[in-house]
Amino acid sequence: MTNLTGKTAIVTGASRGIGRASALALAKAGAQVLVHYGLGAKEAEAVVAEIRATGGRADAIAVDLAASDGPHKLAKQAREILGGRLDILVANAGVARDATIEDLTVEDFDKLFAVNVRAPYFLVQQLLPFLHDGSSVVVISSLAARTVVGNLSAYASTKGADDTLVKYFAAALGPRGIRVNAVAPGAIETDMSSFVKTDAGRDFVLGMQALKRIGKPDDIADVVTFLASSGARWITGTTIHVDGGSKL
Amino acid sequence: MSNPVVLITGALTGIGRATAIAFAKEGARLIVSGRKEAEGRVLEAELLGLGGEAEFVIADVRLEKDVSNLVERAVARFGRLDVAINNAGTEGKPGPVTGVSSEAYAAMFDTNVLGTLFGLKHELRVMQPQGSGSIVNISSTMGERGAANFSLYAGSKHAVEGITKSAALEGAAYRVRVNAVAPGPTETGMFDRLTGSVERKASFYAAVPLRRAGTPEEIADAITFVASDKARFITGQIIRVNGGKTAG
Repeated sequence: MTNLTGKTAIVTGASRGIGRASALALAKAGAQVLVHYGLGAKEAEAVVAEIRATGGRADAIAVDLAASDGPHKLAKQAREILGGRLDILVANAGVARDATIEDLTVEDFDKLFAVNVRAPYFLVQQLLPFLHDGSSVVVISSLAARTVVGNLSAYASTKGADDTLVKYFAAALGPRGIRVNAVAPGAIETDMSSFVKTDAGRDFVLGMQALKRIGKPDDIADVVTFLASSGARWITGTTIHVDGGSKL
Repeated sequence: MSNPVVLITGALTGIGRATAIAFAKEGARLIVSGRKEAEGRVLEAELLGLGGEAEFVIADVRLEKDVSNLVERAVARFGRLDVAINNAGTEGKPGPVTGVSSEAYAAMFDTNVLGTLFGLKHELRVMQPQGSGSIVNISSTMGERGAANFSLYAGSKHAVEGITKSAALEGAAYRVRVNAVAPGPTETGMFDRLTGSVERKASFYAAVPLRRAGTPEEIADAITFVASDKARFITGQIIRVNGGKTAG
């Protein structure tokens, strides 16, 4: 069921965290992976090396997705490397900003929406000629979109936007056989969630959760890989919450 | 885990049958139930032929003693219970709210809701002391939507979703996950009975972004995923498997 041999995949923000885990999981299932990164060149090359070391195919690709033409550049470069066909897109690259309403700047707001919403939108648009019947788009959303977790009003709004986009994309692209879903992680042990490294942060996260443990990037990557696979061929237009049963 | 012990109710037809076959192909040890002995023995033979271990036990999920007997049988034979799929369900007879009767209510809720509750009760009584387990209930698009003449069916599936979340919160302390899979229109006997004609089916297909009904195998693939360790950080969730129907 999770056999991605012969499939091609792009994972954005794949130099670390959930992106890295997803790239590795997709490669382990047999996919050729484009490991996109913004700034983490060394880390991205390490992901590529790890995939190649076990006989997989991977390349690193650097594009600033905060730039308005970032998605266009990424799509063009991806086409050159992968040829005309894309099976899997994991739109994972994201930025977060913990700020009160009083402190959030216009620049913060714009950057959050540019990377977390605008980039996935135009990435899908620009990749449409290469996505085809049976392909799968997975957007990484967040628990924050549906429940208040900290001073994340603007960040959470971008993830709410992603959840809505997924429905619209699924409805529009379904007749072409392109599936689009979101995975909404809860608190995961990555560089982005530094607050879970504090006692107060951990207590807060565990307190709202049924399973009572901090998630790991692999917990998310296994769900992303399933959604990319034929086992999920009837799943589209939905957000799957992978958050240990938070705020049920 | 390899060769999990899996219990599936309502396994003689449709989604239950496809799920039993999917688990058998993975080498699961199965207890399958239904209300018809002869058909049950045929299914048992088919599952044994796929290489798993399997036993049919007759059960009407409306009767608590039948359900407790099912679970006891699994433990007596295999010593444990790893996965339970509370699938037995009925669509009842459609009818307007102005014509509802207590008999129609009981027929619907005794199977879809009480049957699920009895399943959860006896499965959790084994899985909680075991400190492990994964339960999947079956909801529907009608678990979050409504439809004229379907108040009882929709009510019963909304109930399953609330019960799923509550049971998940209880089971979590014992590392038992409880989720539901909510199929959309799926090519089964239930769908044939509900639509009654090819034309009515076509109108259902048109409302689905992937432009057809699902197959029981596609629902089964989602069920086996949710039950598996790949979904270890997912609990209390309703996974919508409907070709995008509820996106739009």
